[in-house]
Amino acid sequence: MRHTLGVLVENQPGVLSRVAGLFSGRSFNIECLTVAETLDPEVSRITLVTTGDEMIMEQIVKQLNKLVSVIKVIDFREVKFVDREMALIKVKAEAATRAEVLRIVDIFRGKVVDVSPTFYTIEVTGDEGKIQAILDLLEQLGIVEVVRTGKVAIARSKKG
Amino acid sequence: MKLTGAQIFFECLKAEKVDVIFGLPGGAVIDIYDEMPKHNIRHILVRHEQGATHMADGYARATGRVGVCLVTSGPGATNTVTGIATAYMDSIPIVVFTGQVPTALIGNDAFQEADIVGISRPCTKHNFLVTDVRDLARIIREAFYLARSGRPGPVLVDLPKDVQNAKIDFKYPKKIDLKGYKPTYEAHMGQIKRAYTAIGKAKKPVIYAGGGVIASSAAKELKQFGESIKCPVTTTLMGLGGFPAPHELWLGMLGMHGTFRANMAVATTDLLIAIGARFDDRITGKLDEFAPTAKIIHIDIDPTSISKNVKVDIPIVGDCKDALKKLLRLVKENPISNLKKVRKPWLDQIQKWKETYPLAYEQTDDVIKPQYVVEKLYELSKGKAIITTEVGQNQMWAAQYYHFFEPRTLLTSGGLGTMGYGLPAAIGAQAAFPDRLVLDIAGDGSIQMCIQELTTAVENNLPVKVAILNNQYLGMVRQWQQIFYEKQYCATCLKIAPDFVKLAEAYGALGLRATKPNEVEPVIREAFASPKPVIMDFAVNPEECVYPMVPAGAAMTEMLLV
Repeated sequence: MRHTLGVLVENQPGVLSRVAGLFSGRSFNIECLTVAETLDPEVSRITLVTTGDEMIMEQIVKQLNKLVSVIKVIDFREVKFVDREMALIKVKAEAATRAEVLRIVDIFRGKVVDVSPTFYTIEVTGDEGKIQAILDLLEQLGIVEVVRTGKVAIARSKKG
Repeated sequence: MKLTGAQIFFECLKAEKVDVIFGLPGGAVIDIYDEMPKHNIRHILVRHEQGATHMADGYARATGRVGVCLVTSGPGATNTVTGIATAYMDSIPIVVFTGQVPTALIGNDAFQEADIVGISRPCTKHNFLVTDVRDLARIIREAFYLARSGRPGPVLVDLPKDVQNAKIDFKYPKKIDLKGYKPTYEAHMGQIKRAYTAIGKAKKPVIYAGGGVIASSAAKELKQFGESIKCPVTTTLMGLGGFPAPHELWLGMLGMHGTFRANMAVATTDLLIAIGARFDDRITGKLDEFAPTAKIIHIDIDPTSISKNVKVDIPIVGDCKDALKKLLRLVKENPISNLKKVRKPWLDQIQKWKETYPLAYEQTDDVIKPQYVVEKLYELSKGKAIITTEVGQNQMWAAQYYHFFEPRTLLTSGGLGTMGYGLPAAIGAQAAFPDRLVLDIAGDGSIQMCIQELTTAVENNLPVKVAILNNQYLGMVRQWQQIFYEKQYCATCLKIAPDFVKLAEAYGALGLRATKPNEVEPVIREAFASPKPVIMDFAVNPEECVYPMVPAGAAMTEMLLV
C-alpha cells in the first residue's frame, strides 16, 4: 500500500540526508518527496510517499520520530487529507495540434506558461490521478519533457 | 571573559564531570591538545583510534557514565567508525570528538579531510558539525545529554580547527531544548495493568531480559519481580549480569548458543515478558516459530524496538526500571494466589530440561578444553572480575561458563560482533576501576585486531589480564565450516601466528603459556598476582565447538547439542 507522510524537521543542513539515509539504510521505499520551509523559518516540512504493509509503516513512522532532527510526523493514514502535485509539461504544438493541446489544457484547468512556434509548456496541478490523465492525453500529441514536483499534502479541517 | 573554542571544550567537559579522555592527537585537534595540560583531566593516549572508541565504550559499560574520546580529522575520524557502530548497536553512551579541517576548507578535499558527519550518520544516535564557536557549548551539552538519556548511544561532534581557535564569551547552557527529542520514561499505567492481568493468567511465563535492564539500572527490580511472580528468567548476551546467575529461577542465556532449558522454555511459554530486549535474529531464529504459543509483553524505552521483528500483544514504552517498579506495586497490591502451586508444574518441567541437557564438556588429561579455562577463570576470580570478550567462540564460552552476578560485569560487543573489542574495552574499564580485576577472554584471531593497545595498558599502569583461548583458528567461522561446509577450512587457519608470550614481553607486559590442563591453574594464579598487564596463552583443543548451537535461520528448538 502507498502512504503519504508529513514530516516536520529542523531547517538545518544535513537533515534531509538523515531522513533519506533512514529510508535507504532500512530498505524502506521513497516514491516521491518534497521539502520546503514552513511559516516558521526554523522548521521545514517534508512530504513523502512510501509503500509498506502495516508493520513496515509503523516502523517508518517510529524510526522517523526517533531522529533527533524530526519534530513531528503526520501520518496521513489516520486523517483525511488533500494532496496535490504540480507538473510542467513541454508538449509538441505544431499547426495541426496547437488547438487540441489548448483544449486539453483548458479541460484540466492548466496554464500555458511558455510558448514557442513548435512547443507549449504547460503547468497543471492536481492529485496524482489528474496529472496522470493529462499526461496520457498529451502523450498522443507528443510530450518532449515532464517535470513533476511530487506530492504535498495537508490534513482536511474538521467540518461543522 | 572570552575563551577559545579549545578552552570552552575543557570547561564543558568539566561541567559534564568527565574525568578521562581516550585519544590520539593530530593536526586538526592540536589546539585542544595544546590546551589540555592546563586542565585537570586524565588523558589516555591510545595507539589506534579504534582503540579509543572501544576504551570509551568499555568505560561507559563498566561505570554507566558517558565515555569520551578525542581524535583528529580524516583517518583519525574514520578509524573511530567501527567503535562507534559497536556502541550504537549495543546502546552505549559515548561522545566522540573529531577534529575537522577549518570551516573554509570543508568540501575542498583538504589534507586529512573526511566527511565524518556524513560517514557516521547511520551509526550514531546523533551527530553535529560545529560551524560557529557560539554553538559549541550548547552542542557539547546536547551531545552528552543525547548520549546518556532515553535509549543511550554514541554521539559524534566534529570540531573544525578554526572553531577551536575562535574566541567568545563562555556560558554553559543550563537548559536543553531539543524540539524533536523527548524520550518516554514513564510506562503507561493502563498498559502495565493489562500486562499484570496477563501475568496473573499465565501458567508458563518466561521473562526474557536484555541490555535495557542494565542500561536502566533495573537489575534489583528485575530480581524482585521475577521472584514475586516466580517466573523463570533468561537473558540475552547483553543482559547477562542483569539477573544473578546462580538463582533458582535462572535459565541461562537464550538464543543461538543459549541453554537447552532457556530455548525450550521460550518455545513453549504461554507468556513471554520481554524487558529491554529487541528480538534480535540471534535470539529469535526462525521468526515464524519463535515463541509460537506465547502472548508477548514488551517493555522498552525505544518504540522502534517494539513490534519490529515480532508482533507484540502488550507494548509498554518506558524505562525498564519505572515499568518494573509499577509492576511490583501491582504484585504487592494483588499477589497471585496459590503461586507456589500454580507455578510448580512449569518449574518442574524446566528442572527436567536442565537435568536432561546441562551445559557440558569433557576435560581430558592431555588437551586443554577452552570451557575448562573459562571455568577456572571464574573459579579463581571468585566470579568477581569485570569480564570483557572478543567475538566468536571465546565470547560464547565466556557467556556460558563464566557466571555473572551483577550488572556491568560483562562487557561484550553483542550487536555488531566486533573482533578486537575486548582488550581496549578492558583498558577502559580498568581506567575506571584501577583496583578491580579486569579480564579479557580472547581468541587468537580477535586479539590481534587491537593488540597494539597493550602498549596503552603498559604505559598507563592498567594491569588488564588477557586470556587467549588459542585454537589456531578463526574458531567460530571454522565451526560453521566444520558443521555446515564439510570441513572446508577456507581462510580460517591461523597456524602462522606470533608467539604471544614473546609479544607480551616485547610490549612490556607479562606473557604466560599453558599447553597442558594441569598448567592452567598455575598460569591463572600467576597472572592474577602480577601487577602488570598479562597475556595468558592457552593452547586449547583446536576443533572444539560451541554447543548448544541453533543453525542460523532455524527454529530455536532445533538445537545441536553434541
